[in-house]
Amino acid sequence: MRYDTLVIGAGFSGLAAGIRAAMFGRRVLVLERHYLWGGLNSFYKRGGRLFDTGLHALTNCGQRGPKGTPLGRLLRQLRIPFDTLELLPQRVSEIVLGERRVRFSNDPVQWTSAIAELFPNDADRFTTLHAELAAADLDRVGAPDRSARKLLTERLGDGPLVDFLLMPTAYYSSAREGDLDWDQFVMLYQAIFCEGMAQPRGGIRPLLKLFVDRLIEVGGELRRKAPVVRILVERDRACGVELEDGQIIAADHVLSSAGWPATMALAGPAWSVQHVDTRDRTRITVLETISVLDTPCERIAGPRPLDCSTVFFADTERFAFKTPEDLVDPHHGVISIPQNFGTPSDWVGHEPILRVTLFAHPDKWHQLPSAEYTQNKRAASDAALALTARLYSDPRPHEVFRDVFTPRTITKYTGHTGGAIYGGPRKWRDGTTPIENLVLIGADQGMSGIVGAGLSGIAMANRHVLGARREIPS
Amino acid sequence: MTRDEIVIAIKDIIQQIAPDEDLSSLDKGVRLRDQIELDSMDFLDIVMELRKLYGVQVPEADYKELATLEGCANYLESHLADKELHCASNA
Repeated sequence: MRYDTLVIGAGFSGLAAGIRAAMFGRRVLVLERHYLWGGLNSFYKRGGRLFDTGLHALTNCGQRGPKGTPLGRLLRQLRIPFDTLELLPQRVSEIVLGERRVRFSNDPVQWTSAIAELFPNDADRFTTLHAELAAADLDRVGAPDRSARKLLTERLGDGPLVDFLLMPTAYYSSAREGDLDWDQFVMLYQAIFCEGMAQPRGGIRPLLKLFVDRLIEVGGELRRKAPVVRILVERDRACGVELEDGQIIAADHVLSSAGWPATMALAGPAWSVQHVDTRDRTRITVLETISVLDTPCERIAGPRPLDCSTVFFADTERFAFKTPEDLVDPHHGVISIPQNFGTPSDWVGHEPILRVTLFAHPDKWHQLPSAEYTQNKRAASDAALALTARLYSDPRPHEVFRDVFTPRTITKYTGHTGGAIYGGPRKWRDGTTPIENLVLIGADQGMSGIVGAGLSGIAMANRHVLGARREIPS
Repeated sequence: MTRDEIVIAIKDIIQQIAPDEDLSSLDKGVRLRDQIELDSMDFLDIVMELRKLYGVQVPEADYKELATLEGCANYLESHLADKELHCASNA
């Protein structure tokens, strides 16, 4: 059995790469270890209910519409009509830093005036910066590894305003600690504050279905429950894979979304020893607690209504995020309330859901003995809900069901080393590896989020499978 | 294909790539990207569709010839003279 292109992983990067290659006549097989597709952005059934993982919101979806935005470009490349996403815009979201709070929606004017109100002395400098960021051309990538914190501090001074800009962008993209790469910051700033956030109607499943259906429509194949155990390499060139059941599949190109350490490990210990080192240790991973409630969040009585679509919080004076020393860091995280996207009529017949994500230690969860695992999961999710109660209102009396996933769960279902959700700190922007025709796609190639993952798969398929060596001159 | 058919073929490909664009009033002599939202990735798709549908290989050095519909007709005339027009949407 021979394919032009094998794709490891049916997440958004793998599906997008597979669609592109198949669209132009390549024989494509996408291999997924799990029995469901989606990778980091997937869904599962527990207690008779379906839950989404990953996706809190789709960024890049606001006022500007699809034209010229990364989301628009992604959909165009895959020929998926924008309207089929049925996006429900966020109502309002909040950034909480200690005692300070800023609210924003999909209206950039409202965002800039909210910042100006909270930081009157910095209003002019911020307005100038916002205009520059909004107009920045994302195709013009500058020098790598420029610290966003450093550049923002030069522009705005060293104060909490810098933290307000860094926190949401870092939470949605960063594999570094308390900082991110400047280009990545600009991309995320536009994605969140200029273009805005939305939730596809019905959550992750219909969105994934669009991608999977498109793959099949253009002639690609998808095989689930097919874990790759080895990437076959001959004379430094990838020539296929071996599956868990012993089957060998030959191919001219192998595109891997498994992440750098896992991909090298699949190629064999010699590659792994030579090319993976301590720099590739995953730093960012999460624990998420999902509560099903008997009352919509915004109607729960308490000091502040839980009326936000998304909350980015740091329960500290300044934002100085680091890898948690403990199992979880109860001071930094994200609250997501799907029903606060769109209007209440969009959610008729749906049980209210509250999701709280805390940053977690990559290794400690993996090392926990089974006996302590369940109990620690419970304790961490209790802490997440206690914090929610302190910041807003207490959801606990209204809880009818709870499920929690940890870095260990993420590793089990995605194969990403250490439960990495944004890849490792090192990025391979051109996708090439020391092995010819083995190409990296997804978070370790350099882009994150659903839109970033999709664009990563597209760009790498265009370049390495379809032979589009460079972008077209104007 | 005649020159007019080449223009139809190109417009049909663009409509596939950018279904939300109105192509009815395109000026043949004006750069496509000045009239509709067409970025470099979309442009690449026009070239790849030409290869898929008509077997025409446009070398990178010649991409600039395809900037306008008029340019497309000039450049592709000899390449597509013996090819039949068929629509990307049916391919």
